[in-house]
Amino acid sequence: MSTPEAPVYTKKDFMSDQIIRWCPGCGDYAILSQAQTVFAELGIPREQFAIISGIGCSSRFPYYINAYGFHTIHGRAFAVATGLKTSRPDLSVWVATGDGDALSIGGNHLIHCLRRNVDLNILLFNNRIYGLTKGQYSPTSEVGKKTKSTPMGSIDHPFMPAALALGADASFVARSVDIFVKEQREVMRAAAAHKGTSFVELYQNCNIFNDHAWDQLTEKAVRDDRCLFLEHGKPMIFGAGKKGIKLRGLRPEVVELGDGLTADDCLVHDETDDFLGAILARMDYPAFPVPMGVLHRKPRATYDAMVNEQLAAAKASGSADLQSLLLGKDTWTVK
Amino acid sequence: MKSTQSVDHVVIRFAGDSGDGMQIVGSQFTNTTALLGNDLATFPDFPAEIRAPAGTLAGVSGFQLHFANHDIFTPGDSPEALVAMNPAALKANIDDLKPGGLVIVNQEKFIDREFEKCGITSNPLDDGSLAAFRVVPVDLARHTREAVEGLGLSGKETERCKNFYALGITYWLYTRPMETTERWIEAKFKEPYREANIRALRAGYNYAETVELFHERFEVAPMKQAPGVYRNIMGNQATALGLVVGASKAGVPLFLGSYPITPASDILHYLAAFKSHGVCTFQAEDEIAAITSAIGASFGGSIGLTTTSGPGMALKTEAMGLAVMTELPLVIVNIQRGGPSTGLPTKTEQSDLLQSVYGRNGECPLPVIAASTPSDCFEMAVEAVRIATTYMTPVILLTDGYLANGSEPWRVPNVDDIPAFPVTFHTEVAGFKAYSRNPETLARPWVRPGTPGLEHRIGGLEKQEGTGNVSYDPTNHENMVKLRAAKVAGIKVPDIEVHGDEGGLLVVGWGSTYGAIRVAVDQARRAGLRVGHAHIRNIHPLPANTDEVLRRYDRVIVPEMNLGQLVKVLRDLTLIDCVSVPKVKGQAFKVSEVLTAIRHHQVVEAK
Repeated sequence: MSTPEAPVYTKKDFMSDQIIRWCPGCGDYAILSQAQTVFAELGIPREQFAIISGIGCSSRFPYYINAYGFHTIHGRAFAVATGLKTSRPDLSVWVATGDGDALSIGGNHLIHCLRRNVDLNILLFNNRIYGLTKGQYSPTSEVGKKTKSTPMGSIDHPFMPAALALGADASFVARSVDIFVKEQREVMRAAAAHKGTSFVELYQNCNIFNDHAWDQLTEKAVRDDRCLFLEHGKPMIFGAGKKGIKLRGLRPEVVELGDGLTADDCLVHDETDDFLGAILARMDYPAFPVPMGVLHRKPRATYDAMVNEQLAAAKASGSADLQSLLLGKDTWTVK
Repeated sequence: MKSTQSVDHVVIRFAGDSGDGMQIVGSQFTNTTALLGNDLATFPDFPAEIRAPAGTLAGVSGFQLHFANHDIFTPGDSPEALVAMNPAALKANIDDLKPGGLVIVNQEKFIDREFEKCGITSNPLDDGSLAAFRVVPVDLARHTREAVEGLGLSGKETERCKNFYALGITYWLYTRPMETTERWIEAKFKEPYREANIRALRAGYNYAETVELFHERFEVAPMKQAPGVYRNIMGNQATALGLVVGASKAGVPLFLGSYPITPASDILHYLAAFKSHGVCTFQAEDEIAAITSAIGASFGGSIGLTTTSGPGMALKTEAMGLAVMTELPLVIVNIQRGGPSTGLPTKTEQSDLLQSVYGRNGECPLPVIAASTPSDCFEMAVEAVRIATTYMTPVILLTDGYLANGSEPWRVPNVDDIPAFPVTFHTEVAGFKAYSRNPETLARPWVRPGTPGLEHRIGGLEKQEGTGNVSYDPTNHENMVKLRAAKVAGIKVPDIEVHGDEGGLLVVGWGSTYGAIRVAVDQARRAGLRVGHAHIRNIHPLPANTDEVLRRYDRVIVPEMNLGQLVKVLRDLTLIDCVSVPKVKGQAFKVSEVLTAIRHHQVVEAK
């Protein structure tokens, strides 16, 4: 056997021969491009990738990546991926999903996947709308939103995906935006490196049914003031270094730096702190800048590893003899 | 000296409160009897509630055992002996007892307070209502108390030993040795409960031997069995074992995704304990995750398996379609129970046949097979894995609550004698197409992710023939619909074999009605009627000779525990007007009921 060497790929190696059928201008293109770029540099053989998806625009993702892929049924990608990863821990398993697929029909599977901490990487494309079914409100649509199914405005209280994930004890929660090239890649790299379920929320623009959904946060002119780019161990500063996040009691507050207030007075990001993670997950515009990057990362044992440890232990100590299994404990012999 | 009378067979029923340990007593009597070499069949019957209010009719749990010195096929229509631990158990079961039958009752419970709980207005022990039976009241509570005295047990703990006292009485009565049960007690209980239960068992045995309540005891000689090693087996056990052996014969790991549901959960329990055989079990968050995780495992190169019962089948339906579309091997086991909705969770029924054959969106064919007896569950489970992996298709295996919890002796097969059907994963890169076809089976290639050069995508959207790419082409869709149907229709299925007469009346059955039909047909033939029995194990596709066999008979009747579902399938595929004999009571057919139907429909030949 030859010594395995890390394969050398370019982004092109992860582009499939399928014609991409997303609408021109869709944010999904940018996410696909960043994922292909990151996959190429991970040093994982292409055949070891399995991309699993449910239903929705985002769930067409596997067709466009030259790896093993499975476009399953609505909401169930997490469960399919759990079965795959548990039985094939050698694979790098990624789930592409959307706000409807993951948070509505697949909500149950999502929380249990996070709770179990199956070693998967979830990319949740959040565009706050149902795109493939042509424009109904989603579980992340804002209250009052007028859509085809909410002509008088939505009255559903929306989920905060990161808070939901942390509520299910996710071991990794991160956030980025389709048009943030560098930051998005960083988050995908961190997700790939994390052992356990990596939950990545990606703000994504649906230019047909919910155009400009994230502009108020992500436009170049306002981005620095309305996003908080997190770095582990660093104080939480934004607004071109002029603003920071401070803790008053149990609540965060936005402070203007200067006048005696410096970076040293600001909250320091600690990815491993569950309580801090909960605070960050609830920070939302306009009261706060929206945290970007890794909100929470606290490795714990993965479900798939523990299942396979039990299997190995049972095999080491027990019998694999099928005949004695069939015979059981009490038999009698007729001569 | 009491005399011992040899009899050919005995049917005994134990009945008490859910908490009285009747299922333990029944299974202990069963194991002991199996080891003695009798043929046997059992029928546990218990309520869905774990502990319904004590003393009420709703809380009565029963266990019926039929054992014999010859081949038997059913747990028996009516017992000749009944052990009733309280008035509710007596009231719920006495109508089934044979006239002249023996009733052993727990005397201390026959008091006004207990009568009120189950709506009895006068004491059946002295109001004459039991005149047709031999009634033996035993003060179980007092005797058990005396037996365990000095062990420091509380009143409640003492009370719990009385089922073994009752078991001891029946062991003496039917000349059963106590060793098997004593061994089981020793392994199961800690001191002082170990000693207490053994004392109670022996005290019951000695009591029966000493007192003048029983004038004779019975023995049932071992039956003449084919040489071999035997064990007693329940249907769910046999299903679990068959799945493990099937996966081994295919040479792929077994992955079970399952959600607890009565009466299927025991398969999950068994398989979870088979880890040393490489069996991976996943208790999913719901029925849908159970099947979709299994599909994920099949995609990864395991044989995916999911086990459930009716309501769970309904939830899994969409995912079955995914497995049909992606042509992945998958085994779905449905332990049918009374429906619809939650229905009768602990009672048996065969009412998911049409759901299994037809009940999915789109043209969505998949093979359906059914086990006929507890031990047949083993063979059909192996067969399910064989069909799934050979034809790259999901397979539904139907059993039911009656098979799942019923038991019979099983001549354990030699594993090496079971033919292997090894899976070959596709690895050849040149010319690879994800939806190319094996010309013989029409199966597509199975590729394990991780195989270099064969990266490809599958999914629930319609596939282009050959490449497997997404296709909305109208002609391609129709072709693929026909191809998937042709693949399932082309599955090679053994021919129907008829037991009994040619011509006249044919009784067609499927699943757990096997025993009742077989016995009834044999009784009818002994009485001079011209009747045959055909039992269908492969429901979809049907055996190739189905039409021809059915046409050899003047009349075909189909007893089923539903309103005539196999009849609909047979009419659909053969245009033969089979006559339905339905029973939908959550209970198996009695031999006498099938016999009545045979007499009613018998073909009287013109002289």
